[in-house]
Amino acid sequence: MLDFHLLKALHTAAGPRTLDVRLTLAPGELLAISGPSGAGKTTLLRLLAGLDRPDGGFIQAENQAWYRAESRQWLPPQQRSLGFVFQDYALFPNMTVRENLAFAAAGQPQAERNISDLLASLELTELAERRPAVLSGGQQQRVALARALARRPRLLLLDEPLSALDLPTRLRLQQVLADVHRQFELTTILISHDPAEITRLADRVLELELGQVRCVGPPVATAAPARVLGRVVAGLPGGRLLVQLPGGTKVEVSGTAGVGEEIALTIGVASTL
Amino acid sequence: MPPDYWQTLRLTLALAACTTALLLVLGLPLAYALAYGRSRFKPLAEAVVSLPLVLPPTVIGFYLLVAFSDSSALGRFLIEKLGVSLNFTFPGILVGSLVYSLPFMVQPLQAGFGQVPRSLREAAYTLGKSRSTTLWRVLLPNMRPALLNGLVLTFAHTLGEFGVVLMIGGSLPGTTRVASIAIYDEVQSLHYAQANAYALTLLGVAFVILVALYWFTKRDAARLS
Repeated sequence: MLDFHLLKALHTAAGPRTLDVRLTLAPGELLAISGPSGAGKTTLLRLLAGLDRPDGGFIQAENQAWYRAESRQWLPPQQRSLGFVFQDYALFPNMTVRENLAFAAAGQPQAERNISDLLASLELTELAERRPAVLSGGQQQRVALARALARRPRLLLLDEPLSALDLPTRLRLQQVLADVHRQFELTTILISHDPAEITRLADRVLELELGQVRCVGPPVATAAPARVLGRVVAGLPGGRLLVQLPGGTKVEVSGTAGVGEEIALTIGVASTL
Repeated sequence: MPPDYWQTLRLTLALAACTTALLLVLGLPLAYALAYGRSRFKPLAEAVVSLPLVLPPTVIGFYLLVAFSDSSALGRFLIEKLGVSLNFTFPGILVGSLVYSLPFMVQPLQAGFGQVPRSLREAAYTLGKSRSTTLWRVLLPNMRPALLNGLVLTFAHTLGEFGVVLMIGGSLPGTTRVASIAIYDEVQSLHYAQANAYALTLLGVAFVILVALYWFTKRDAARLS
């Protein structure tokens, strides 16, 4: 569905580097891009969207060439069938939620009905007449997603769409993203720093470092929570206990148990927030 | 009240209104190009636009006077080929005002374009919107304070212009004698009361315009936040 090789000069903290990524995405695939800041993640997304011009390579989307360096072909963003969700949402402040969507869907067949459907499926119907400034971050993000979908794109590009949100909102929106990706049969590229989010959503992860591909492959699942037994060695003020684990490590936990008693502990792997 | 008070006032307001309307049409594309263009010659263009801010108005007036006269190629072309003589006419002082007030329109608009987040423009592009649709539906509605600023400052600045109009237009009642020149004439003839009538009017109009500008800007800011 999407086949590209992109080259672009990067100005990183470590000096000038070249972004060089060659990849083929299957239809309906969800690819996550991760990597440290300055690795070229956003640049890659902007090149695919046509917001920046590559220095070389090609982009082939289905049967359409979006970019071809050798024949100097370059399609402006207006002519590429894609939805882009910006990190700062980029909602139009002068328009209500419905107007934002209507602006995006203008000229589409059955625009009215599509907008109503989108508002309903992203739980925005009640907010439709409000302006973006009065919405919460999570609500704004749903509007941004709905607006990107209003043009019925085949490719959805998301630049760290959930990074600015609190954890409960983020978990809920991950579900929304997963549903939308399936329902609209999209090919999706998502920039994310959150391993839990990547494991939950992505078919493949592309790890970028200083413009180079470090690895591409299925996301590695985070370790499952483990259960261990520990012995309470002391009671601490504030209802906390000092517990010795089998290796000899001592940890503080909250709970009630007598000194010398053996208790079960669950050790989880915290996801990066 | 001076004898041709209303005539002078009408002329002054007509000059300011025409200048503001024309500069809006000319200034928008210019400000757009200066805000988003990446040409090597941008600093040069910015300097030319800003020149009227630092030059004495008499310098602008002098060169325009020469350019419009039959001693220059442009003037000869205008007079002989088009039959247009600009010196000492209303169209002449209008052209002078356009040059003189250019930065007062272009600079606020350029700043306004610059303050609209880039992602708004890019979001419109990724939604398939052309540059002109993006300009009308996204950029201009989100830079209304800058638009208002440009309009009001241009209007007020043109009301107060003196040197350029005097050089190109002289002081022909009903044609080129605007209020600021009338004040000068009345003082020259020691008609202090009549000079005061014009001066007080200009002071009042300028004050009311600026109060309205700041009031609207405050209201607009409150509405969008």
